[in-house]
Amino acid sequence: MPRITPTGVTRMSEARKTYVRPLDLKHGCVDMAHGAGGRAMAQLISDLFARHLGNAYLAQGDDGAVLPASGAGRLVMATDAHVVSPLFFPGGDIGCLAVHGTINDVAVMGARPLYLAAAFILEEGLPLADLDRIVRSMATAARTAGVPVVTGDTKVVERGKADGVFITTTGVGVLADGVSWSGSNARPGDAILLSGTLGDHGMAIMAERESLGFASPIVSDTAALHGLVASMQACGATIRVVRDPTRGGLATTLNEIARQSAVGMLLEEKTLPVKPAVNAACELLGLDPLYVANEGKLVAICAENDAERLLTAMRAHPLAADAAIIGRVFEDPHHFVQMTTAFGGRRMVDWLSGEQLPRIC
Amino acid sequence: MKYIDEFRDGSLAQKIAAGIGREADHGRPYHFMEFCGGHTHAISRYGLADLLPDNVRMIHGPGCPVCVLPIGRVDQAIRLALEQDVTVYTYGDCLRVPASGGLSLLKARARGADIRMVYSCADALALAQQRPDRQVVFFAIGFETTTPPTAVVIRQAAALRLTNFSVLCCHVLTPPAIAGILDSPEVRDGQTVPLDGFIGPAHVSTIIGSRPYEPLAEKYRKPVVIAGFEPLDVLQAIRMLVRQVNEGRAEVENEFSRAVDRDGNRKAQALVAEVFALRDHFEWRGLNVLADSALRIRSRFAEFDAENRFPVDYVAVPDHPACECGDILRGVKQPQACRIFGTVCTPENPVGSCMVSSEGACAAHYTYGRHKDV
Ligand code: SF4
Repeated sequence: MPRITPTGVTRMSEARKTYVRPLDLKHGCVDMAHGAGGRAMAQLISDLFARHLGNAYLAQGDDGAVLPASGAGRLVMATDAHVVSPLFFPGGDIGCLAVHGTINDVAVMGARPLYLAAAFILEEGLPLADLDRIVRSMATAARTAGVPVVTGDTKVVERGKADGVFITTTGVGVLADGVSWSGSNARPGDAILLSGTLGDHGMAIMAERESLGFASPIVSDTAALHGLVASMQACGATIRVVRDPTRGGLATTLNEIARQSAVGMLLEEKTLPVKPAVNAACELLGLDPLYVANEGKLVAICAENDAERLLTAMRAHPLAADAAIIGRVFEDPHHFVQMTTAFGGRRMVDWLSGEQLPRIC
Repeated sequence: MKYIDEFRDGSLAQKIAAGIGREADHGRPYHFMEFCGGHTHAISRYGLADLLPDNVRMIHGPGCPVCVLPIGRVDQAIRLALEQDVTVYTYGDCLRVPASGGLSLLKARARGADIRMVYSCADALALAQQRPDRQVVFFAIGFETTTPPTAVVIRQAAALRLTNFSVLCCHVLTPPAIAGILDSPEVRDGQTVPLDGFIGPAHVSTIIGSRPYEPLAEKYRKPVVIAGFEPLDVLQAIRMLVRQVNEGRAEVENEFSRAVDRDGNRKAQALVAEVFALRDHFEWRGLNVLADSALRIRSRFAEFDAENRFPVDYVAVPDHPACECGDILRGVKQPQACRIFGTVCTPENPVGSCMVSSEGACAAHYTYGRHKDV
């Protein structure tokens, strides 16, 4: 296969290999960047969690783990902790978010989500009315998705030791034979598709926190994506990777995939869907929609020849009416994600560094 | 928002770029410095350098508030929080600026210091009112744009007779910094840093107007074009600079006339003058100590001056030995020339201040331009 690079030429690189400073386990402390979804978090996961807990399933490094099941088929298992503040926001609340987030982590592995478990950490003093509203919203979300919460746990901590309520959900699903989607499958030439507008969830939270007071509020896109995933599977396209770009946004998700698959990517800024209100709020706060969280969007990488077919299938689903082909996968020893700007220049779309947003999911 | 999109028109950008290509004399190079980090960011984020002809080069300037903050100033804020047990509020970008002893405000916070980020100094004042039992300090940084809001909160604090609010004032001024660059030996020798003109600040100029740049343009014979932060503004300003150079002019021109006039915002200037006075000396990162280049709080408002209220004298601290931030801020070196760029010094672990904010030259190159080193 001919070498494909964004510039069309191949030459030896002079870019320096990033030296990653080891975690300072003696004097270092957890800081907010370790939870922001960017490079610092990736390092914490690989150098601390995976180092101690490492096994073949964890090493898959995707949103969920594919597990052998006795009898036929394979299981997918995923877990997600939710600490969003405020607990209620336009378009949703921590309850439905906790259901959607974990369903999506199972779904983007190509699996059909079956069951959820939920663990609650409640802060002393949380109004029961709030808790009731949150759990009812969870129930509605689970019922609509057809994925019941089958077990759970509750702990209460003293006032000041948590922020209202934290919810951790774990999901289990089954994987059909022959499906193996993973962040390590992208290949040069593949097309990159995005299911809809960028940054709706993160900006809904930010606008709420900063009381930006837009005439019509920005609404979170929180949604369960397994239905969309099923219709993508049904169209028969050769899908290699699906991810939901949550914390850290699309930029961080694509960088993760580029690293896992050892490839580069080139995006077209003109093709990126962003709602005008989200764009305006980002301008105001100096944020880049590429790094803002989504909770009801997915990015898919598929074989080049199947891109149009997959796009048509996605657009036919109500959750992906704004789907677009946003770029291509290239060969690149540096695993850079680059973008042709709307002006025709070229820039990197790097990992999120530090913390772009406060607690959003 | 329609307003933004008007300034993001790709085809118009191509047209202006083509105009620059036609008008630039191919027989000579053009070197322009964009003073502001906002312009640096726009150039990097939108890939504007790719649109310019090879002989038109942009040099990043020092106009990024956190970049020019010397270590000793961040140390003061950290000492306030750790030793004086006060709550320090500041803008987000300040949190990661490297300070002495491997600390930054963020790392000090992880060690227990009460340090918080705010989007405006008014928030800091409101929070001080909510916590009357706690001493609260606003760590104020920035050029002329952020100065009037700080003046407002100091006046409000005085009117409210707050006894738990003060300001660590590190506000700096643009024109002396431009003069500082033009006086640096590397620019004066005319070779190390060839400079044919400046893109002047956008937001700063809405406050101070275009007049303060006139003596600089005249004395140093360098054209200045004040430009907005939108990518089209930057391209248009470059075209205007090329024309001035071609015609042998060294004038102050205003591309950003939708927001800037010659006199600026008189009301804001009066407010600033009421609350602040010139510091005799102020140390800048990269530009050393410059006279009359920064502001202090007037003695009338001394009780709201954190340097007056708490024993936190300024102590100058040399930069990390490998750090080239000083040279980068004066345009002497490019980020890639720093030995530790992208290896030891990355946005996650900034060693120098230019790697902290997205307006800093090193961070901008690391985040948006690293593919060019390939
Ligand atoms: S790479 Fe880091 S240390 Fe080197 S000049 Fe830039 S900011 Fe300073």
